[in-house]
Amino acid sequence: MTVRLDSITGADIAAGREQFPRLYSAPAAERMRAWLAWGCATALTLYCLYRFGFLSPDFLHGVSKFAATVVAQLFPPQGFANLPLFLKVMGETIAMAFLGTLMGAVLAFPLSFLASKNMTRSRPLQFGTRRFADLLRSFDYLIWALIFVRAIGLGPLAGIMAIAIVETGTFIKLYSEAIENLDRKQIDGINAAGGNGLQRIRFGVLPQVLPMMLSNTLYMFEHNVRSASILGIVGAGGIGFLLADRLRAYELQEACLIIIVLIVAVYAIDYLSKFLRERLIGDHRRREPVDDAVQV
Amino acid sequence: MTALTAAVAKPRGAAARFESEYAAYRRAKRIHALLFGAAFVICVVAAGVTAKFDLMTLINGLPRTTEFLVKLVPPIAFATFSHDVAEWYWNIHGWLDSLLNTLLMAYLATVLGTAIGGCLSFFAARNLARHYATYWVMRRVLEIARTVPDIVWALLFIIAFGIGPLAGVLAITVHTIGAQGKLFAEVNENISPLPIDGIRAAGGSWYEEIRFAVLPQVMPNYLSYTFWRLELNVRSATIVGFVGAGGIGHDLFTSIQLLYFGDAGAILLIIVATIMLIDMASEKFRHSAIGKASFAH
Repeated sequence: MTVRLDSITGADIAAGREQFPRLYSAPAAERMRAWLAWGCATALTLYCLYRFGFLSPDFLHGVSKFAATVVAQLFPPQGFANLPLFLKVMGETIAMAFLGTLMGAVLAFPLSFLASKNMTRSRPLQFGTRRFADLLRSFDYLIWALIFVRAIGLGPLAGIMAIAIVETGTFIKLYSEAIENLDRKQIDGINAAGGNGLQRIRFGVLPQVLPMMLSNTLYMFEHNVRSASILGIVGAGGIGFLLADRLRAYELQEACLIIIVLIVAVYAIDYLSKFLRERLIGDHRRREPVDDAVQV
Repeated sequence: MTALTAAVAKPRGAAARFESEYAAYRRAKRIHALLFGAAFVICVVAAGVTAKFDLMTLINGLPRTTEFLVKLVPPIAFATFSHDVAEWYWNIHGWLDSLLNTLLMAYLATVLGTAIGGCLSFFAARNLARHYATYWVMRRVLEIARTVPDIVWALLFIIAFGIGPLAGVLAITVHTIGAQGKLFAEVNENISPLPIDGIRAAGGSWYEEIRFAVLPQVMPNYLSYTFWRLELNVRSATIVGFVGAGGIGHDLFTSIQLLYFGDAGAILLIIVATIMLIDMASEKFRHSAIGKASFAH
């Protein structure tokens, strides 16, 4: 049946509305609830704006100061004489991220089997390992860095340990999720052929989960280069120390150069890691599987 | 004669060929693994040298780390349990106030960042931006906002706005603009073009295309990304205080700097409890209210 637009009358619309009310509008109660939710969110936003001083004249003063002093003084970048130093410290930052990620992966690998439901029979042990992992990664890198700086002293080692600890937690979660999603049949096959526990893991589990694990590990390395770049702010090594130092001394043009070095290095690592993931693993997935385990 | 019938006709030859090809394959794979392993070892050694990795410092430091962690919890006796805990949490009102500040900072930064980033995302989506130049510039702007860590933004804003939560909110907002702008732009690029064509055919403006063809398709994803971002921003809001940008991070930083171990432990416990609660709530919300399907990538 064809309906011509100009032949539709008001009565047709009213009839349609009566027959399929939800097609035309949501029920009043539902609409009320939506309005209420939006109203509360808006009210809270306004309160926050007031509480943090966005609505006071000082804010406008701050904005003009930001434009005049900060933005204007950042450019052009200067301090090219120090560029070799910045590059060297950026290298140190990447090395920290690399070693921290590696240590985290090595520590997490055995624990991730304990944390998988299909590998560990004891429920409390499995659950406990999972919660332990949650505990490790619920503190930010900077908090761990602060603790390690106090315990083992200033320098990149504290940063490496901070990354390693957080990453142990993240990798236990990611690896054990990969292990829980594996196909049982291959393990049964090894079992039927008389394989022992080690052989089950080597030939039944690893071929299935290793690509996923490697891909996740590379992705986290990429992410950790960003994390490592700020650990220096609390004295845990890396380029963050130089950056915070220049910013606090109002040497903004030199800080700008450091930020440029940082952005270029992060991009280079991103491309390298993406290239490796595609080359080694054949990573065809568009989105990363690590959504809520990491900060982007 | 096809290869298959040839193979059937001469089974021994086929088996021999398979064996030799398999051996060659194994050899190539072994060389590949060896090369990769060597490159990996070189990387590890180079990283160790660059980062001045010292095993002795680490071994000497680890007992001190555990000692530090143990000191975070003061002695609590069973007999005087409530008294001891009350003494441990002597400044509970001050800390909860900081926590409230932290949560509100995260909330406001999420709202502002999502609103601005969401608007910019339409210009950063290849299928919606009218000019390639707009798209390219917007992408670069969002990348810079995202790549510069929020704590660095905080240091910049502190110069203009002074010490306090305002600088923290602005810093997290800028980072959120970059992150949300990119994620939303990717959502925008994945929509069906048919509704847009419909609006365009009916003579709608660019604004009407966005409002009636794009938003209904992307809203569920936007919402779930926003809740996820709120969760991440709570974490950020706990640390921007390390450089003086407000929130509970400031209390934590001071107590660790001054070696008030009990205080540091009490604050850390508050932070863990908050983060875990928010993790759980957000997971529940994402699974129930918005539905698993809309968050599936």
